[in-house]
Amino acid sequence: MSIGQRSGAAATPAFDASASATTPAEAKELAMVGGVKPRRYGSWYVAEHRIRSMRSYLQTIVATSIGNPLVYLFALGVGLASLIDTNLGPTGFNGISYLAFVAPALLCTAAVTVAAEESTYPMMMGFKWNPIFYGMNAAPITGNQIVNGMVISILARIIPTCAIYFVVMLLFGAVASPWGALGILVASLTGISVGLVIMSYTSRIEEDKGQMAMIMRFGITPMFLFSGTFFSLGQMPIYLQWIGWISPLWHGTELGRVLSYGASEPTWLTVLHIAYPLALCWFGWKATQRVVTRRLNK
Amino acid sequence: MPTSVITANLLTKEYKGFAAVDGISFDVAPGESFGLLGPNGAGKSTTMRMVGAVSTRTSGELSILGLDPNEHGPEVRSQLGVVPQSDNLDMELRVRDNLIVYGRYFGIPRSEVGKKADALLEFAQLSDRAKSKVDDLSGGMKRRLTIARALINDPRILLLDEPTTGLDPQARHILWDRLFRLKEQGTTLLLTTHYMDEAEQLCDRLVVVDKGSIMAEGSPASLIKKYSTREVLEVRFGSERNAQVAEQIAGIGERIEVLPDRLLIYSDNGEAELARITAAGLEPMTSLVRRSSLEDVFLRLTGRSLIE
Ligand SMILES: Nc1ncnc2c1ncn2[C@@H]1O[C@H](COP(=O)(O)OP(=O)(O)OP(=O)(O)O)[C@@H](O)[C@H]1O
Ligand SMILES: [Mg+2]
Repeated sequence: MSIGQRSGAAATPAFDASASATTPAEAKELAMVGGVKPRRYGSWYVAEHRIRSMRSYLQTIVATSIGNPLVYLFALGVGLASLIDTNLGPTGFNGISYLAFVAPALLCTAAVTVAAEESTYPMMMGFKWNPIFYGMNAAPITGNQIVNGMVISILARIIPTCAIYFVVMLLFGAVASPWGALGILVASLTGISVGLVIMSYTSRIEEDKGQMAMIMRFGITPMFLFSGTFFSLGQMPIYLQWIGWISPLWHGTELGRVLSYGASEPTWLTVLHIAYPLALCWFGWKATQRVVTRRLNK
Repeated sequence: MPTSVITANLLTKEYKGFAAVDGISFDVAPGESFGLLGPNGAGKSTTMRMVGAVSTRTSGELSILGLDPNEHGPEVRSQLGVVPQSDNLDMELRVRDNLIVYGRYFGIPRSEVGKKADALLEFAQLSDRAKSKVDDLSGGMKRRLTIARALINDPRILLLDEPTTGLDPQARHILWDRLFRLKEQGTTLLLTTHYMDEAEQLCDRLVVVDKGSIMAEGSPASLIKKYSTREVLEVRFGSERNAQVAEQIAGIGERIEVLPDRLLIYSDNGEAELARITAAGLEPMTSLVRRSSLEDVFLRLTGRSLIE
């Protein structure tokens, strides 16, 4: 019988912690010590758990994060671009090739796609169909740490996805400036800001009434289409341009263009491209923490 | 003189003005095995969540290992093992991985947690299922895995919310056996159940809870002694006749309870009472003499059966 045995000490009986062995003061002290690591590293433990779960679909993750940029850059960058560039000349699209124009947008889009995926079902499942959040919370993990851990795990998917995307962009010759590499960070910020806004909603969902499909249909898809992704926002009718202004994808894409080929814009706008997604992150993060903490405390 | 590891004083939890737990007080000594026995909706799980430091009390005092869970939730929880009423294992992970991720929540180093997981799988008789998907386990196996998971941090106090509900008799006995061992090793157990046999088997002391309040407290034997007789004679005359017969035999035994399907006659000598009934010319369809149980205590205290 070896339950609860500390490693190495083969002869110690199970449950060294058996209550009768210590005084109340010692028991209290042990509890205070027991709380130290979870309080400090709890968010990372949650992320570790989530990343372990991602392993079950690791093959899909790897395949899509390599396959996607290949397919998109080939189809849009080579196929569509050759059509556009033939008509407008190789620098006819706002002074650069269409491939260089569209690549930063595709990079941000990839980040947003991953973020949307990881902030919908995993968030809802954790309370309902696979209620692991309650299990974590019964251990010393707090609601805030659960949210932090989810965010870390989402970033752990977004950042490599963007890095791979960027490498493929390089291979296609879609990046003009070395500053373009910062596009990985810009795209990741874009992705997580969308993810956190989605989480602040999905964490509230008590019943699945098809809200996930709604988020995709009325949130993510229009954002892809109207964020200056495939053509400049300015080419859209003014009454549709607001979609771009509130869309983190537009801000990320524009910033990516500044970095990748030096698209020119006023400095205040560049600052806004950074400040806006950061503000969304903060709002989404705090709101999600509040909801999760409330739902756990039944 | 050991001090209590759990002290609840007028502990109350209200949901929108409705008191699910209505001012209950109890103490649990170190190494003791303490039960909350009560019917559906009595407030057992709500109490467990407050003791488990995940649900904030509405009023009253609560101290776990000398700490207030309101201020020291993570510290308190670092010393608890929790088996919730419904399993919340991670279905996306395999059996052994469930233990590993859980151990990490307590800050157990990666190098140690694997060994611990293996020892616990052995304890839970699940070693051969280590690589299985959780979904493929039977109900009893999932329950054992949940208990194993609750032990990953060598808890000082184990909270078990209806550990065997929904399990077949064999699975229950396996579980009881595991819990006995923990008890022998000095783990404090706080458990809820609505099975009187489980309470009798596992609890040193228990409270009978109904509608958020404590109706009685004591060891199973002392409760039976106080609120019931040594034996119970159960007789059936058919559902139409039971009530009528009860009037005819009034005075037999110390007390008679009329249930829809049978009469319970409380007495220290069931056979003698049966003889008196037959002597009175009444012939029950079936008769049975048994020892009193906590079920009888509950019936006496509330006028209702424990399992509806
Ligand atoms: N989160 C909640 N919100 C509102 N009411 C609740 C909540 N949790 C429990 N209750 C109510 O509190 C009462 C006690 O519930 P609780 O789950 O503690 O009972 P229980 O003794 O565990 O019952 P059971 O044997 O069915 O598990 C019930 O009436 C229940 O409906
Ligand atoms: Mg319950």
